[in-house]
Amino acid sequence: MDSMQSQPPRPRLSLGPILYHWPREQVLDFYAEMLETTVDVIYLGETVCSKRRLLRPEDYWELAERVVAAGKQAVISTLALIESDGELKTLKRICADERFLVEANDLGALEFLEGRPFVAGHSINLYNQRTLSFLVARGLKRWVLPVELGRETAADLLAARADGVECELFAFGRLPLAYSARCFTAYNRDLPKDDCRFCCADYPDGLLVATQDGEPFLALNGIQTQSAGTHNLLPSLQEVTRMGVDLLRISPQSQNTAGIIDVFAACLTGDMDLAAGMSKLRDWTPSGLCDGYWTGQAGIANSPMERQL
Amino acid sequence: MELVCPAGNLPSLKAAVDNGADAVYIGFRDDTNARHFAGLNFGDKQIREGLKYARDRKVKVFVAVNTYAQPSGWSRWTAAVDRAADLAVDALILADMGVLDYAAERHPNLNLHLSVQGSATNPAAIGFMHRHFGIRRVVVPRVLSLAQVANLIENVEVPVEIFGFGSLCVMVEGRCLLSSYASGQSPNTYGACSPAAHVEWRDTPQGQETRLGGVLIERRGHGEPAGYPTLCKGRFAVEGEIRHAIEEPTSLNTLDILPGILAAGVSAIKLEGRQRSTRYVSQVTRVWREAIDACKRNPQAFRPKESWHQTLAQVSEGAQTTIGPYHRPWH
Repeated sequence: MDSMQSQPPRPRLSLGPILYHWPREQVLDFYAEMLETTVDVIYLGETVCSKRRLLRPEDYWELAERVVAAGKQAVISTLALIESDGELKTLKRICADERFLVEANDLGALEFLEGRPFVAGHSINLYNQRTLSFLVARGLKRWVLPVELGRETAADLLAARADGVECELFAFGRLPLAYSARCFTAYNRDLPKDDCRFCCADYPDGLLVATQDGEPFLALNGIQTQSAGTHNLLPSLQEVTRMGVDLLRISPQSQNTAGIIDVFAACLTGDMDLAAGMSKLRDWTPSGLCDGYWTGQAGIANSPMERQL
Repeated sequence: MELVCPAGNLPSLKAAVDNGADAVYIGFRDDTNARHFAGLNFGDKQIREGLKYARDRKVKVFVAVNTYAQPSGWSRWTAAVDRAADLAVDALILADMGVLDYAAERHPNLNLHLSVQGSATNPAAIGFMHRHFGIRRVVVPRVLSLAQVANLIENVEVPVEIFGFGSLCVMVEGRCLLSSYASGQSPNTYGACSPAAHVEWRDTPQGQETRLGGVLIERRGHGEPAGYPTLCKGRFAVEGEIRHAIEEPTSLNTLDILPGILAAGVSAIKLEGRQRSTRYVSQVTRVWREAIDACKRNPQAFRPKESWHQTLAQVSEGAQTTIGPYHRPWH
């Protein structure tokens, strides 16, 4: 009985912001479907490219109201790379809205969010306990571990965190690996960024980059470079639960996101075994699974736990 | 406008000082700095000698402690900060908020610069770092256009340093994990991009192959020139076509826009290349010293000399140079 009581609660599931440029109708349909899932937290907003304006902050706020009405937490995510005055102005406006929690994805957002509760996204470089304490003193309530960090650093930070501060892991999705001023999707179409024609809309899960021997390697998503492989922490579900991780983030993909959420939820409650879950996830990902970062290897690698399943 | 030159070792430091650097930047011999390569960087003896050499000639010495500390290695980073403070270096170049917080609290008189690895690209980000850590300079990532740099300078209290010459890092520095995705080690965690221990070269019937962490990042015809295998400058297959999907193997060279850089109010111009030879450091420092002096004397009439371009071309990685992000069409 004692050992049961000392178990940390199961991690909740979150849905990350949509990283791709999907048509407005698809986005609205997607969220209508997501409201029906068991996911606890939904992040909303454009985090990759400020030229994508099919939905505006007002649209995301309206969606956020519906998320709250469905009994879930809504968090507004902000752009990961802020360069222009226009981007900064939008960022400031989003950060000034106090109805919803905001996720900072650039240092600039920290300036506008200071003194209010906020979430630090995975592109904020929070690598150690002093950075964590510093940001907690500024209002941080939750942080998403930078994706290249693994279980050792996660465990050290979990042990050092203050009460009430939550740790979220990027648990499923193509890994956001880098940001640039250059739009790589446009570059590969030989289009200048200023005349990109929103060609990223043609790749609802990113544009695949393979090695010259045909292995899927990266996915280009505008100014963001992602992994081709889908990072997946399902094999480590028991470990992350034991460690006291609070949230597991599922990053939206164009197909089967609701099914992926169901797999995670069912594996967390024990209603589905990991092997069955893995088999479904393998069928639903465009270029295979990886989880090397979690065990301290290259991100592209597969851990022994993953290989066994 | 200050000329800030790279020094991977003591001979390079002396070469930079002798050829007209206003400041040199160096690193300690471990993973606390972002040029963590075997045989590079400074031990105690070299650093004392280097400091004396530079100071005797009124050249400043900056120390870069610009990787990100994880809990298991934290004391290495604080020790590096303390050591730089003990040496009374002219500036400490930091990236990590926790390390900045430590340095600002423990050594309030130490001159702190925000490293390019700190990923600050806008006035709000720079303002945040200035307000909390009192940074006295910011080195901005190589993603802003010259117009954006000029606008930034108008909107921040902190002097701005930019990269003027050397390798072209296409991604926002400090937030690029491509290297660790293939190799397990990144500039942030280990202090090197595409670390040499993970690089393999193979001669195959299809051509010369370069692999990073086992991933094929380049295959070139026999006899084609091979640069340092940086992942983002490799050739890959995109929709059936083999191409440089991210960037060509070019170097950054901003000589042609130097008057614009000066007019924008840039406080310091940094040359990249702590991993390069002493000869490289001598030559690029000499060219840039001459160019900056000529530009300051008469910006309207400034035209880069052909001999400068020739000298820089000889030491550039890859045959081509580019103005890169400073030039809007690059985007």
